[in-house]
Amino acid sequence: MELLLAILIGILFTAAVYLILSRSLLKVILGTSLLSHGAHLLILTMGGLGGSAPPVLIDGVTDFADPLPQALILTAIVISFGVTAVILVMAYRMYSVHKTDNMNELRGNDEHD
Amino acid sequence: MNMINLLLFPIIIPFFFAMILLFFKEQVVIQRVLTVIGLTLSLVASIWLLVTVKAEGIQTVTLGSWPAPFGITMVSDMFSALLVTTTILITFFVVLYSFQSIGIERERFFYYPAILFMITGINGAFTTGDIFNMFVFFEVLLIASYLLIVLGGEKRQLRESIKYILVNVISSALFVIAVAYLYSIVGTLNMADISVKIAEINQPGIISVLAILFLIVFGIKGAIFPLYFWLPGSYAAPPIPVLTLFGALLTKVGVYAITRTYTLFFVHDIGFTHQFLLVLSLLTIVAGCIGALAYFDLKQIIIYNIVIAVGVILFGVAQMNTSGLEGAVYYLIHDMLIKAALFVLIGIIIYVTGTSNLREMGGLIKSHAALGWFYLIAAFGLAGIPPLSGFIGKLLIVKGGFEADNAFGSIVLLVSSLVVLLSVIRIFIYAFWGPQNPDYPLPVTSKRTYRQLMAPAVLLVLVTVAYGVGTEWLMPYISDASDVLRDPSIYINAVLKE
Repeated sequence: MELLLAILIGILFTAAVYLILSRSLLKVILGTSLLSHGAHLLILTMGGLGGSAPPVLIDGVTDFADPLPQALILTAIVISFGVTAVILVMAYRMYSVHKTDNMNELRGNDEHD
Repeated sequence: MNMINLLLFPIIIPFFFAMILLFFKEQVVIQRVLTVIGLTLSLVASIWLLVTVKAEGIQTVTLGSWPAPFGITMVSDMFSALLVTTTILITFFVVLYSFQSIGIERERFFYYPAILFMITGINGAFTTGDIFNMFVFFEVLLIASYLLIVLGGEKRQLRESIKYILVNVISSALFVIAVAYLYSIVGTLNMADISVKIAEINQPGIISVLAILFLIVFGIKGAIFPLYFWLPGSYAAPPIPVLTLFGALLTKVGVYAITRTYTLFFVHDIGFTHQFLLVLSLLTIVAGCIGALAYFDLKQIIIYNIVIAVGVILFGVAQMNTSGLEGAVYYLIHDMLIKAALFVLIGIIIYVTGTSNLREMGGLIKSHAALGWFYLIAAFGLAGIPPLSGFIGKLLIVKGGFEADNAFGSIVLLVSSLVVLLSVIRIFIYAFWGPQNPDYPLPVTSKRTYRQLMAPAVLLVLVTVAYGVGTEWLMPYISDASDVLRDPSIYINAVLKE
C-alpha cells in the first residue's frame, strides 16, 4: 500500500512540475494545487499507513492508526484551499489588467515599466 | 501573578486588534488610533517578556496543558524574545510613517489589519517550538503579505505579486514535504523532541538530506543564493512602507528558521551541512554585492543590500562558535533596524524628488540637509563604521570566522563591507551632492508632510545609533541568545523537563 501511494505521489509531483514549468498562468496554478495534493498524500504516507483500530483509548487495542498525520493534513488542506482561492482571484485581476496569461510576456523590469 | 501565558501576548494582541479593525473599514482615523494602541500594548508585552526571559530563563507554554512533546509548545528564549521586540518596534515606526505616505485608498482597504495579521504570523514563527506550527505561522504571515504586496492593484504590483505568490506557494509545499519526511524519521513535531531524537539515531545520511531540504525551503523565503531570484523584482513593486516591512522583517523570518534548525536539529554532521551553508552564504554575499553596484535605482540598491546581509548573518551561523553566533544574533537585529531606517529614508528621498532613478537627482543637501545627514548616518551604520551597530556585528562574525579557520570567508566578508559602503555612498553622492539637475526640477511637495515623514525616520536612525553605542549594555542579552543556539540542551531542558 505504501508503495502504491508512493508511485501515485510521484505521478502527482511529475504532473505538477510539468504544469508549473508551462507558460500559461492558469496551468501553473493547477500545477501548484497538484503539488500540494502530492504533499498532503506524502504526509499521510510518511506517518505510516495501517493501524486497524481508531486512535481511541480502549482496553486491549494495540494496533491503532496514527492520528497526527490526519490532523496535519487537515490543516494543510485548509491552508492550500485558501491560498489557491487567493491566487485565482489575483490571476483574474492580473489578466484583466495585463490582457495576457503568458508568463513570458509578464517579465518586465524597471526599464520596461 | 502567575503569567505563564506572557509569551503569547505579542502574538495575540496584534491578532486581536487586527480582528477589531476589520469592523472599521471606512473609519480611517479609528483604524490608525487602534493600530497604534495595539502596537504599543504589544511592545510593552514584548519588553516585559524580554525582561522575564532575562531574569528567569526560557519561557515555555504547551497549549491545552498537554505534556510537552504531545501538545503544541510555544518557546520564548532570548533569541526569539529579542526578535519579537525588534519586529514590533519596527512595525510601530513604519505605521507612523504610513500615515502620511500610504494614501487613504489603501488605508480604507484593510492595510492596517493586514500589517497586524502579518505581525501575528512573524511573532508566532519566532516563538513557536513546533515545526508544523511554524509552517502554519509562515502561512499566516504569507497570506497577509500577499494582501500587502498587491494592495493598490497597480499594473506592476499585479504582475510582480503573482510571481511572489507562486514562488511562496511552491516553497510552502516543499515545507510540508520536508516536515513529512522529518516526521517519518523521528516521529515527533516538537522541536526540542526532534533535536533529542535526531541525536539518538546517530545521524544517518537522510538527516543531511533533510538539512538541505530545509535549507531550500527557508532559503527561498530568506533569499539565499541561488534562491533569491524572485526578491528584487517582487520587493520593488509595493509602496515604500510595505517594502520596508518586507525588507526588514520577512526575509529575516527565513534567516531565523535556518538559524534555529541549523543550531537545534542539524548539529551532528557540521562538516557537511554547515560547510554547505558557509559556501552558500559567501555566494549570497557576492551575488548581492554585484546587484547592489549594478543598479541606478534607489530601491534596487537597498534591496540587494538585504541579500548581502542575509549572507553575512548566515556566515556567522555557519561558524558554530561563540563569536560567530553572537555576531549573527547581533547583526540580525542590527540589520532589521538599519534596513527599516534606510528604506524609510529612501522613501522620503523618492517623495521629495518624485523619482527613484539616481541619474535624475542631485543637490538635495541644499534643500533637505537633515535628510542628507540622517541618511549618511544610516549608510555608515549599514556599512559598519564604528561606533555604529554594523561594526560590532561584523567584528564578532569575522572574529568567529578566523577562530574557525575560515580566513578566506572572513576576508570576503570584509571586502563586501567596502562594496556595501560604496553602494550606499553612491546614493549619497548622486542624490545629495553637486548641483540640482536642471532637467528634473523638484516637484512641489508639502513641507508639513515632509516633516511628518521625517519624524519616524529620525527616530529609527536614533534607535540604530543607540543600538550601536549601547552595545555594552545589550551584550548580556545577545550572549544569552547565542548561548541557547550554541548549546541545544538549554533549549531542550527548558521544553521537556517540566
